[in-house]
Amino acid sequence: MRVLGISGSLRRDSHNTRLLRVAAELMPPPAELVLFEGLKDVPPYDEDDDGDLVPEAVRRLRNAIAAADGVLIATPEYNSSIPGQLKNALDWVSRPPAGNVLRNKPVAVVGASTGSFGAVWAQAETRKVLGSTGARVLDLELPVAGADRAFRPNRLADEELQARLAAILAELVEAVAERHLVAA
Amino acid sequence: MTTVQAETTRAQEAAKTAIPTGTWKSDPVHSHVGFAVKHMVVATFRGTFTDFDVTLANQGDEPGLYGVIGTDSVQVRDENLKGHLLSPDFFDAERFPEITFTSTQIRAQGDELVVDGDLTIKGTTKRVEARGRINGPAAHPAGGERIGIDLETQVDRTEFGLNWNAPVPSGGVAVADEVTLTVHLELAKED
Repeated sequence: MRVLGISGSLRRDSHNTRLLRVAAELMPPPAELVLFEGLKDVPPYDEDDDGDLVPEAVRRLRNAIAAADGVLIATPEYNSSIPGQLKNALDWVSRPPAGNVLRNKPVAVVGASTGSFGAVWAQAETRKVLGSTGARVLDLELPVAGADRAFRPNRLADEELQARLAAILAELVEAVAERHLVAA
Repeated sequence: MTTVQAETTRAQEAAKTAIPTGTWKSDPVHSHVGFAVKHMVVATFRGTFTDFDVTLANQGDEPGLYGVIGTDSVQVRDENLKGHLLSPDFFDAERFPEITFTSTQIRAQGDELVVDGDLTIKGTTKRVEARGRINGPAAHPAGGERIGIDLETQVDRTEFGLNWNAPVPSGGVAVADEVTLTVHLELAKED
């Protein structure tokens, strides 16, 4: 079982990418979490470029999601909302509407910010957008506040947050397993 | 004193609500299964299902009305909206490919047909009461007999887990919770 991790932050030392690395350590075997590396290459959505042939970076993103059993998004919060590049990527992935690669795909959203709210609004809006794409969105959140102080090597400093992240991953894996049962 | 006219009226009333014996199957071309819900606070939005199979079975004892709808046959005039309706936000058609109805009691009240039954949407079953009429039988020119059944009921979609909504900037929400379900069925008698 493979879960694709997408960080909504492009920064090299991103807290949200670090959160996904912690999640990768916590994934219950044999499930594994693989990080998507190409978000920065996704161009602005333009319907003129969206047809049988799409930009290579978009093709890679769509293929990576299609090949994954589930998706875990870690988002920062820009001006109380979703970072533009993440929203733009989801807009690309949401096409074509009737058969996009997110449709029915189990997806969980977590988030980290240096502020005191832990990207809670960005997570809520990301869940809303994902719901609109037809994804199977887990109604869960993980607000990691004070992100510049929230991490220890390979884990979250706060025991409760660490446990909540593990619980979210367990629910994501369970949603994937349920979906496989339906398909069987 | 009972007049001829009154007796005729009573006979007509009885004909409207009598449940004919036999097994009757829905004609998909001449039947309609749909829903209506308040949209943007002020308007009424309608949709239909095109894949359904309804049976009225009456062997002279307790008649039963059974229906199954293919969830992914929902028809609206926008593929984005159809995709959203089939997604987990609404019907979750992948996990719940069918909507079903099984009557628990069918009775006449005046000239009205009243059908109680268990309606299952998105894996949740609720008891509903549908009201309407039954007409016929009528002879079909090509042979056989037909009856017509019209029924309507109201449900709260959130009780079935269809919870999606969005606030409207001017007030209220995009989609009301109460949904009217309507069927207009033409059923053919099986040999």
